[in-house]
Amino acid sequence: MPLVLTEEQSMLRDSARGLISDKAPVSHLRSLRDSKDETGFSRELWKAFAEMGFSGLLVPENFGGSGLGCVEAGIVMEEIGRTLMPSPFLSTAVLAASALSRSGNDAQKSAHLPRIADGSLLAALAIDEGAKHRPLQINLQAVRSGNGFKLNGAKALVVDGHTADLLIVAARTGGAAGERDGLTLFLVDPKARGIAIERTVMVDAHNAARIEFSNVEVNADQVLGEVDQGGALLEGVLNIGRGAVASEMVGLSEEVFGRTVTYLKERKQFGKLIGEFQALQHRASQLYIDIEITRAAVLKALQTLDGDFEHAGAAVSVAKAKAGTTATLAVQEGVQMHGGMGMTDQFDIGFFMKRARVCQELFGDSNYHADQLARMKGY
Amino acid sequence: MSDLETFRRETRAWLEANCPPEMRRPMTSESDTYWGGRNAKFSSEPQRVWFERMRDKGWTVPDWPKEYGGGGLEPAEHKVLREEMAAMGVRSPLSSFGIWMLGPALLKYGTEAQKKEHLPDIAAGLIRWCQGYSEPNAGSDLASLQTRADSDGDDYIINGQKIWTSYANYADWIFCLVRTDPAAKKHDGISFILFDMASKGVSTKPILLISGYSPFCETFFDNVRVPKSHVVGQVNRGWDVAKYLLQHERAMISGTGERGIGRPLGQVAADSVGSDDSGRLDDAVLRGQIAAFDIDEAAFAAVAERAVDLAKAGQSHPAFSSAMKYYGTELNKRRHEILMSAGGIDALEWESERSRGGARPRAWLRTKANSIEGGTSEVMLGIVAKRILDLPGA
Ligand SMILES: Cc1cc2nc3c(=O)[nH]c(=O)nc-3n(C[C@H](O)[C@H](O)[C@H](O)COP(=O)(O)OP(=O)(O)OC[C@H]3O[C@@H](n4cnc5c(N)ncnc54)[C@H](O)[C@@H]3O)c2cc1C
Repeated sequence: MPLVLTEEQSMLRDSARGLISDKAPVSHLRSLRDSKDETGFSRELWKAFAEMGFSGLLVPENFGGSGLGCVEAGIVMEEIGRTLMPSPFLSTAVLAASALSRSGNDAQKSAHLPRIADGSLLAALAIDEGAKHRPLQINLQAVRSGNGFKLNGAKALVVDGHTADLLIVAARTGGAAGERDGLTLFLVDPKARGIAIERTVMVDAHNAARIEFSNVEVNADQVLGEVDQGGALLEGVLNIGRGAVASEMVGLSEEVFGRTVTYLKERKQFGKLIGEFQALQHRASQLYIDIEITRAAVLKALQTLDGDFEHAGAAVSVAKAKAGTTATLAVQEGVQMHGGMGMTDQFDIGFFMKRARVCQELFGDSNYHADQLARMKGY
Repeated sequence: MSDLETFRRETRAWLEANCPPEMRRPMTSESDTYWGGRNAKFSSEPQRVWFERMRDKGWTVPDWPKEYGGGGLEPAEHKVLREEMAAMGVRSPLSSFGIWMLGPALLKYGTEAQKKEHLPDIAAGLIRWCQGYSEPNAGSDLASLQTRADSDGDDYIINGQKIWTSYANYADWIFCLVRTDPAAKKHDGISFILFDMASKGVSTKPILLISGYSPFCETFFDNVRVPKSHVVGQVNRGWDVAKYLLQHERAMISGTGERGIGRPLGQVAADSVGSDDSGRLDDAVLRGQIAAFDIDEAAFAAVAERAVDLAKAGQSHPAFSSAMKYYGTELNKRRHEILMSAGGIDALEWESERSRGGARPRAWLRTKANSIEGGTSEVMLGIVAKRILDLPGA
């Protein structure tokens, strides 16, 4: 598979870019932030997303979607990264859609997937409990009770948790924290008794929630996949999410870099354009090279997810780690090269810095993935 | 697609059948490679066998046209061959500036007579070439070169000095940049010319390097007479040829496709450092450095693959080879720093059987040249800034 986009994929990119840059430039996020908008994204825009087929990208055709792959999801994420558009795309169209279509039974699929595709159902994946991403450390307890389970515990950062109509909750039905066996995923109604959802206002003005579960009752038919066997499913879905977030970081890095290069060509000091200073030129060139390399690594990971899913872990870890490091550098250089302007809220550049920090943490930062890769390579 | 799969299967089978086991290990030093030329010697029988079989198949230069001694492979087939060779850890049969640098330039700029004269000899490893670009006062600022070629009837008379000429003392012929119009602006009076190192008036003097080897020379030209027909491309337009050749040189030095062969760094490190109870390298910081390196290397492999695919799709930027050169060489230097650090005291040995003649520290020192030769890292970043990012200034 050549590491370039096909013609159809380029067309998808163009249409996503058209819609997003038109309807959701950075000012869109800014105004949601400034008005302390309760939803945190535009439902109207999400409808437009659904009409364009984006919300159903990963939903199989027989459930109303377009049955495309991770490369396509990555293309949309990259465009989202360019303008930082807040939307349930990652939580619903990527994570929930792939969890359901990969492991749902027929009833679960027909109940939820068509509604994800038509934009009427929002979903969120609840995994992390501590400060750092450690999927095997899941400790939220699901204890058998009657015909089902009782959930007790808390989740720390649930992307789009406060607007979700459906939660996919990772819980421990067996084993101990740190073990892969004994994890189970549940489909949970966020309005169920015993659930407390607190929207957390995050640094990047995107949506996330803390969720507490006390004696939440779930039925056996709310189990996604097999009891105790959720580890592999979770890892697979997380890998798709990691590829998607890596794509968002490519878009974000490229946008912030583009704005920075433009500034280097406009801003004058000492009677020269600052872009004439070699110290800045070389740093800009290094960043350009890092971004190109990151783009290739991310595309490689997405193609591997679509082609050889079971063995995509290493490529995904490479992509997420590299994208995190590059995005961090891109936003830091972006602010630095904009000088004092870069520090003002009035200027957009800080929004990218904040979002990059969140994307780093999501589903494992660069250190986490470096460690994963080392383990896979046996050292 | 299935044609390509057939080709892959046949290629694998041919390599299995024809590549001697001794040639399926990664090279450990430069002397492991065969450079060809009039005075060439094979360092071992398997090296000879392997070279001759590949030459007979045209696979010393798999992508050159058959009429010039190449294998006539399509780009996609060439990629398959490289992948299969890498998968098997197979060595390339012939190292050659003729293959990496001069050949591509001749294919693009040479006359038919020049191609016929030189390309088959390069493919067959009969003539070894060296590169006469740098001069004492023209390194990064290559276009300042002063070696002159004065017209004398059908010939030029060449006078001047080159420096850093790799293997000039072993080379049969040189591809050389000379000034044919001293009055013109500096880029406009340069020509690209070929001549025999055995010509009267050519002399060389080796320079000893920090690695203990002396792979390059000072090269002197004292009234060397060269026919005008040996100019490649137009007279005074040699800069175009020189730059085109540099793209290939940079791609070669960036080491795309050459790395990742051999044992993973983390395991090499574990041999000397040891592992803890959970199987992790017993030096957390080194482990982190290696993992970070592995990520960058895997990402670089992806961009190298993508560069080929972009070129095929007609979407590549001509200056991108400078980006690759920069990253690939800095990465290679990092790799060897890690190897030294992982080897600890053992990696310090300079002369002994056990250390294969100090192979590791010598290789480490050699890599320091990667970000200098073929244009320095700073020059590469300058090219990216100007040609790709379009930043202002001289
Ligand atoms: C192992 C090896 C093999 C070689 N083989 C050959 C060969 O076969 N044939 C041949 O012709 N040459 C060869 N070279 C020469 C090589 O091309 C030059 O060394 C190289 O181009 C740098 O030139 P220089 O050594 O004169 O350094 P200089 O140009 O003097 O550079 C010194 C320092 O100044 C920096 N610098 C220079 N200009 C700028 C600028 N504009 N902006 C920022 N920094 C700048 C450089 O990056 C470098 O750090 C070889 C070199 C090595 C190390």
